[in-house]
Amino acid sequence: MVSRKTFWATAAGLAGAVAVARRARTDEPAPDPVNRWLTVTVNRAPGDVQADKLPAPLQEYGERIETRIVPAPGDRGTELAVRFREAPSAAEQSVTARITGNDPRQDLRVALREAKSLLETGEVMRPDEPTAHPTTPGGKLVGLLSRRAGGEGVL
Amino acid sequence: MKALIWEGVNKLAVEQVPDPVLRNDQDIVVRVIAGTTCGSDLHLIGGYIPFMQSGDVIGHEFLGEVVETGAGVRRHAVGDRVVVCSFVGCGRCWYCANDLWSLCDNTNTNPGIGQALFGYDTGGIFGYSHAMGGLRGSHAEYVRVPFADYGAFPVPEGIDDTSALFVSDSVPTGWMGADLAGVKPGDVVAVWGCGAVGQMAARAAILKGAERVISIDRFPERLAMTERYVGSEVIDYTATDVGAELRERTGGRGPDVCIEAVGMEAHSDSPVHVYDQVKQQLRLQTDRPTAVRQAIHACRKGGTVFVLGVFAGAVDKFPLGAVVNKGLTVRGAQMHGQRYIPMLLDRMAAGELSTSHLATHTVSLDEAPRAYDMFKQKTDGCVRAVIRPDA
Repeated sequence: MVSRKTFWATAAGLAGAVAVARRARTDEPAPDPVNRWLTVTVNRAPGDVQADKLPAPLQEYGERIETRIVPAPGDRGTELAVRFREAPSAAEQSVTARITGNDPRQDLRVALREAKSLLETGEVMRPDEPTAHPTTPGGKLVGLLSRRAGGEGVL
Repeated sequence: MKALIWEGVNKLAVEQVPDPVLRNDQDIVVRVIAGTTCGSDLHLIGGYIPFMQSGDVIGHEFLGEVVETGAGVRRHAVGDRVVVCSFVGCGRCWYCANDLWSLCDNTNTNPGIGQALFGYDTGGIFGYSHAMGGLRGSHAEYVRVPFADYGAFPVPEGIDDTSALFVSDSVPTGWMGADLAGVKPGDVVAVWGCGAVGQMAARAAILKGAERVISIDRFPERLAMTERYVGSEVIDYTATDVGAELRERTGGRGPDVCIEAVGMEAHSDSPVHVYDQVKQQLRLQTDRPTAVRQAIHACRKGGTVFVLGVFAGAVDKFPLGAVVNKGLTVRGAQMHGQRYIPMLLDRMAAGELSTSHLATHTVSLDEAPRAYDMFKQKTDGCVRAVIRPDA
């Protein structure tokens, strides 16, 4: 029988692996990395989301990113998409870069999520001050996943 | 301050942790008057949801007094007695605006984990693992409540603390099951589970006009409580064939709506339970869907099955063939509490909803680990233990 602790570590690791694998199926550099748009839908009217008036987290990127803003279908607000003008290299998009927090798209993803929250609510919800003191491998892995979770995902 | 923390699988302790502080302008800090054990906490405590860290504060169903408000808070003042929805909703993303509050886009600070697990992240919830945002739980003396204008609700004076407490989670969860399953006058509704959520789902079905409501469990005290306080018929599944019993009581049709309020640690007295236990312990499935399977089989052709119990991952032997060939509608959700809480407080004030009977035990924060053990083992007739930090 597999111990619950082992399962813990395995499951958390698998979740992390899935998170990474969803975006980079292999650590082998792709021959021509796709510079995919990172996209959110903001629940604001299209006129409320303007490229020259984006919230600070995105404004700080200046000319390094390009922006695409289009009305969302139905009554769903405005689609806001960003990507680097110069695509990150294959090495910068590698699994290693992502685990170590060195993939530049991670910070851009955080900025995009924060911009959406600022546009919708006026603030970015901050996490509570932690009370956890993880000592086990499973707990430390959950900590690593939490640190990367803001910049990862399917966005 | 003191708080109930998760130390590891099946290990709880009361420890000192730093007091919470306002982290955003739209936050309030609440002094907890009362919280309650919830069956879904058992999944965390038992290690079935593998995103906890030692030292995390648990608890998500609570009532308190506002002691501090952020500069952006408009609807609350220090001294207000409030019941707080267990899910945090920002109130302005598309999901909140469409009353799908548990799906909020802006309140899970660890979105990548939920997106990896489920395809998209859910909203944040108090004390329910780092996959659900890592917010501190409510089994503590104080709790920070983000986006408080949307998630904290003043409690009318005529409603006592213990009754109002359950409006934080179990009452709106049960109500949502009946509501989103589309229960209507004339329906026959079967509810699996006579815990607090199952009882409230049954009560909601009755209030929504169901012709007959039949609740299923195995614990005599819970069955008796459901009959007495909810007004539902009951079936002890250890004493009879549930499917045959439901067919007999429904003219052979089967229930129009089946609500599952059991979750990932379901029990059964059939050999299937052993099979599910083995597969779960071998990690070949994360959840035991025994009651879901039974609900799908029992439901009438073209009926609706609503999954209210908490499930985290993958299950085995899911009867998809029955879903397709019987033309069932299967829905599930974590609770969109903000959608229902004001209405539920009104109904409670009008005497239509009774919850105080759920509080079979009241303990201090220091006694909370023992209370959870009693709640897990279902000893001493425990349905819900209320935890009062000031007791």
